[in-house]
Amino acid sequence: MNVFTALLRPGRARTLAAFGLAAAVLLLAPMVLSPFRLDLLAKFLCLAMVAVGIGLAWGRGGLLTLGQGVYFGLGAYLMAMHLKLADAGPGGVPDFMLLYGTGQVPGWWEPLRSPVSAIVLILLVPAGLAALLGWAVFTRRVRGAYFAILSQALAAAFAILLIGQQQTTGGTNGLNGFRAFFGYDLADPLNKQMLYLIAAGALLVMVAVVRQLSVSRFGELLVAVRDQEDRVRFLGYDPAAVKVVAYAVAAVMAAVGGALFVPIAGIVSPADVGVVPSIGFLIGVAIGGRATLLGPVLGSIAVSWAQTSISEQFPSGWIYFQGALFILVIAFLPGGLASFAGKLRRRRAAAAPGDAGASGDAARDHELVPERSPA
Amino acid sequence: MRLRSTSPHGAMRLSTVSLAVLCVVGLSACGARVDGGSDTSASAESCVDTSGDTVKIGFLNSLSGTMAISEQTVHDSLQLAAKEINADGGVLGKELEIVSEDGQSEPTVFAEKASKLITSDCVAAVFGGWTSASRKAMLPVFESQDSLLFYPVQYEGLESSPNIFYTGATTNQQIVPALDYLVEQGAKSLFLVGSDYVFPRTANKIINAYAEAHGIEIVGEEYAPLGHTDFSTIVNKVRSADADAVFNTLNGDSNVAFFKEYNNAGMSADDMPVVSVSIAEEEVGGIGVENIEGQLTAWNYYQTVDSPENTAFVEAFKAEYGEDRPTSDPMEAAYTSLYLWKAMVEKADSFAVDDVVAAADGITYDAPEGKVVVNGENHHIAKTALIGKIGADGLIHTEWSSEEPIEPDPYLEGYDWADGLS
Repeated sequence: MNVFTALLRPGRARTLAAFGLAAAVLLLAPMVLSPFRLDLLAKFLCLAMVAVGIGLAWGRGGLLTLGQGVYFGLGAYLMAMHLKLADAGPGGVPDFMLLYGTGQVPGWWEPLRSPVSAIVLILLVPAGLAALLGWAVFTRRVRGAYFAILSQALAAAFAILLIGQQQTTGGTNGLNGFRAFFGYDLADPLNKQMLYLIAAGALLVMVAVVRQLSVSRFGELLVAVRDQEDRVRFLGYDPAAVKVVAYAVAAVMAAVGGALFVPIAGIVSPADVGVVPSIGFLIGVAIGGRATLLGPVLGSIAVSWAQTSISEQFPSGWIYFQGALFILVIAFLPGGLASFAGKLRRRRAAAAPGDAGASGDAARDHELVPERSPA
Repeated sequence: MRLRSTSPHGAMRLSTVSLAVLCVVGLSACGARVDGGSDTSASAESCVDTSGDTVKIGFLNSLSGTMAISEQTVHDSLQLAAKEINADGGVLGKELEIVSEDGQSEPTVFAEKASKLITSDCVAAVFGGWTSASRKAMLPVFESQDSLLFYPVQYEGLESSPNIFYTGATTNQQIVPALDYLVEQGAKSLFLVGSDYVFPRTANKIINAYAEAHGIEIVGEEYAPLGHTDFSTIVNKVRSADADAVFNTLNGDSNVAFFKEYNNAGMSADDMPVVSVSIAEEEVGGIGVENIEGQLTAWNYYQTVDSPENTAFVEAFKAEYGEDRPTSDPMEAAYTSLYLWKAMVEKADSFAVDDVVAAADGITYDAPEGKVVVNGENHHIAKTALIGKIGADGLIHTEWSSEEPIEPDPYLEGYDWADGLS
């Protein structure tokens, strides 16, 4: 082990610097952006939380989960139900139930009246479901495409279930028209800014958590399970347990993203949680670079941002741009845009090997564990 | 030698940063809290700019996704109306500047784009929306920003927002007349088929209440998921129920499969007519005339309506978009909505939302469908109901008409049998 490789290892100073830079950019955004754009960015940050989780589960764990919409949706709907009940006041009935339902609040909505139990449920329900499902699936050694299909089927079933229960879930309309977020008026621009800051803070914490998990013993095991599951098993570890933890952490991150999405976007509907949005989450992660730390976040925000601004410029043709971008990245940069910097540097390093350690490319930090790295 | 550069020390510093971030978030100033029950009035100041020679309006239709095939036609007729108005000198002497946005067939996107049109583009009014979900998603946006939406599609009623004008039919202008017509024809039993979403479920709730009061037996009520194309089970149930008529609230592609299966099962318009409320000229071509000829529809406009206004509209539309393009009810309602807004603005002599709303009551316009009158109280318009029969030419021909425009009654307050529906 020479000094250069030691320097190329994830340097905590540089990670801290990048983390600080990201935090500064996020905290400065409210001063630069108009309230509408800030709202959009806040929404993108919520979607990026799902991407962070996918980065962990898919990028490092190799779990191609095509159904994160389920966990995003669970978090979003639980939050939306709480906001609806809070708006209706103590003992009140949400407006849509009077129109389409029986005019009675069903029993399974009741636990969401209290803010505390709502928050606890938003964290526990997705974690519990993911752990249960993960345990059932991974101990039976279901993996690869079979796991992907299963997770996608779950997303489809979840959306159909929501649509079918119009009296209690709002059906295709979804839930919207929230007035307040834990007592704070949602029409107030200052409160919108507060929501943005909460989303930015939550995203930063999640990135920090993934970074700590990745450099921990668990992170090494997770990558090992991705690349050589059998060998990990022969060494006496239980790969299923490792996968369940990664899957559950990703689920919780998606749920928190969903829960914050609701007050920011002002609506959640089955169209936000089904198969199509579930695949949409993946696009950002793949474009950004799934096996990197910041790739999923930046990719997800970039794709959302591009999608919005291109659709504003070309309302009838924007979807072709998105498709073209995805095809280009998959064809020429299968590691995602984050791997582009790595490729460049490797080329440079090859040209001047003695200089490699000092080249100081920040992107290197985040390429903690490139897929299929030599063991 | 340390292989990994992480140490408890590094982990600690990272958590310190995270904590610091959270503290900043926690300490950041918070805005107003909601006081119990107090009305959170619109804090948004309108940014509509009327100082120049132009005024901006927004068109918000799904140009991609499953609804694009329908909403594109509405978008086209809105563009036509704007072009005509501009050629005629604009509104209050100002040229209309169109900002188009794609709703992407998703309620969440409709809410986002509506917000963008109001706060970023500062449009004076927005025209668009199709599905009930898209309208429900936009409603809180328009109310909280105190802006205007013109919604051009027939819907399930039970709504009236001060910030929305509904230029399509509400239930008492489409579904109730259709039921009246069936009763007049001697129908004693009905079978209800619909897509599984808000409009069909609410429509069928109303039909059930009507049936109970008028001694009609509902012999079956079946729902298929949106986009469902296997109708063998449902059609078998329809056949064995042997009702006098079928009331169809299916939407989109499902209609193709339903009518093909219906014919395959040996049923026809003669022995069990199907009354549809979501099939217009545009859809007849997609379903295939041979599959649906002779069946009934309920709307407020058909391309075949005989009036000078309609002849001019159909000619202008075909000149703009091609001879093969039919005109339909939602397209006509969208076209009319732009002219109604123009009339309101001119009466108010102002583009300000409050002035326009105050001027709305009693505005009349000789639309292609006939005379329409704006109801200033519930923001719907009086429309003439038309029951039509689908002809071999692919067009729909009026079979029965209410002759007079029917006053809109979104909550069905004028109907005793509808007590307790809303």
